[in-house]
Amino acid sequence: MLAYKNKSITIGLTFLLLVIAVILSIALGSVKYSPFEIIAALVGNGGAVPDTIIWDIRIPRVVLAVIIGANLAISGALLQAVMNNPLADPGLTGVSSGAAVSVLFILLVMPSYSSFVPAAAIIGGTVAAIMVYALAWKKKGLSPVRVILSGVAVNSVFGGIIGLLSLLYSDKLPAALQWLNGSMSGKGMGDVTMILPYSILGWIAAIFCIRQANVLRLGEQAALNLGENVNRIRIVLSFTAVYLAGVSVATVGMIGFVGLVVPHMARLLVGSDYRNMIPMSIGLGALVLLVADTLGRTLFAPMDIPAGIVMAVVGGPYFLYLMRKGDM
Amino acid sequence: MLEASNVTIGYEDKTIVKNVTLQVKKGEIVSIIGPNGSGKSTLLKGMSRLIPCASGQVCIAGESLRAMGSKRISQLMCILCQSNQTPADMTVEELVSYGRYPHKKWYERLNVEDYDIINWAILHTGMEPFRKRLVISLSGGEAQRAWIAMALAQRPKVLLLDEPTTYLDIAHQLEVLELVRTVNKELGITVIMVLHDLNQASAYSDKIYVIQNGGIHITGKPRDVLTPEMIRTVYGVEAEVQYVEAVEYPRIHPLKRA
Repeated sequence: MLAYKNKSITIGLTFLLLVIAVILSIALGSVKYSPFEIIAALVGNGGAVPDTIIWDIRIPRVVLAVIIGANLAISGALLQAVMNNPLADPGLTGVSSGAAVSVLFILLVMPSYSSFVPAAAIIGGTVAAIMVYALAWKKKGLSPVRVILSGVAVNSVFGGIIGLLSLLYSDKLPAALQWLNGSMSGKGMGDVTMILPYSILGWIAAIFCIRQANVLRLGEQAALNLGENVNRIRIVLSFTAVYLAGVSVATVGMIGFVGLVVPHMARLLVGSDYRNMIPMSIGLGALVLLVADTLGRTLFAPMDIPAGIVMAVVGGPYFLYLMRKGDM
Repeated sequence: MLEASNVTIGYEDKTIVKNVTLQVKKGEIVSIIGPNGSGKSTLLKGMSRLIPCASGQVCIAGESLRAMGSKRISQLMCILCQSNQTPADMTVEELVSYGRYPHKKWYERLNVEDYDIINWAILHTGMEPFRKRLVISLSGGEAQRAWIAMALAQRPKVLLLDEPTTYLDIAHQLEVLELVRTVNKELGITVIMVLHDLNQASAYSDKIYVIQNGGIHITGKPRDVLTPEMIRTVYGVEAEVQYVEAVEYPRIHPLKRA
């Protein structure tokens, strides 16, 4: 309950870095713009073509990366608290693939119901989370090792279903392929306005989770002793995490490692107190995914590499580095 | 102060504590002893609502725990478990501040009064020199004291301790038990603890409950309870019990397995 150091400078700097990254990311691409041209376009004076490129292509994509990055990072941070496991994240626990299966099902089998995609993703993610809990539960509560083992099992089940769906509906697959790889290309303002209200709701919920996540750091019995209803905390925190991951998967598909690596970086930078961890995860998650997506679309231009692939390529080794450092 | 009547406690399919009735008066130090697996820790956890009781009820100051709500209970009672988990970057001061958690609503911050209580708890447990240290960097005895400080900051009327001296060397064991006694005498906090060491139970308790196979074998003052016969039947150990003039409580010397 007591903040032992003022971490707000670190958090502030991260958000400053995020603003710089946003401007850079808008400027970079097949057509390059100077900051002045960007500002001109932002106020609507940039001329027809720059206005279109900046407003209809670059900005939606940048904003989407920021939102999704924040969502996934919060989701990972909350799952790590609730599962008492530094390895928990929406990817490894199967929450993302649970969400992906239901989204893919709608996209391939009943495309006319595509407005249900966010709801389906949340339901799919919840099913996966319940499966992980059911498998990992023992008399004395959640064992961290069993959480990861259950995650592997749940992931492989859903991975199998994704493979099966892809085979059965291979004719419709190309349309879903971009999405499966976690790509933000071709997204417009419509996607942003779709996910933003959902996400804001999730962020508000996450702020209400801070106190509970903090007390869980002392372990289940200590939390009970301090008068908390641990099972209720578990449900609230897990659902918030699943919800944020679900709406993200619904929009851009599966992007791994953000939920795993970002909370770790945040913890290294501002400590494990969730009052600092959550804001830091938001800023850092947004920054990391934005950089990943910008690299993906500029490094091998005109090829547009999905952010999900960039995250896997960069995030995996970085995670190994964290492990070597003995941080977990 | 605390009464358990006919409590039965168990995990899923297995009953561990059967029909136990236990009474603790205000200001007493009560020890629960018994062999491994006899159910003494389970009994303690059942009394503190960490494990739900299958039947029977536990009352604190005449009020049933079931009727009270978890938050209210934690303003009256605190339980310290045997092994505790602290995040790698948590300081003693920060840990102790969590003792104020049950007294705060989610939107409330710590105020001057809370800080006074935190300081008082840190002072009382001799943790002042360690205040800014990380809990994980402390020795076993110091960490145990830090957790007791957190318990004190909770301002409980009843303090439950599950094997508070396990994993500590004898100097730290005595240090923790002395602290428990001070807390009891000076602050009037009722203490119930599970202990393994019969001599410690003898020296530090007003009353002892001997638990065997999930039930109470015998209860009473240390002198009446700690007899060679009891030790033989409950632990299967031959022991010599010595009564010294100067002290009220008996000393036990285990000799061999019966």
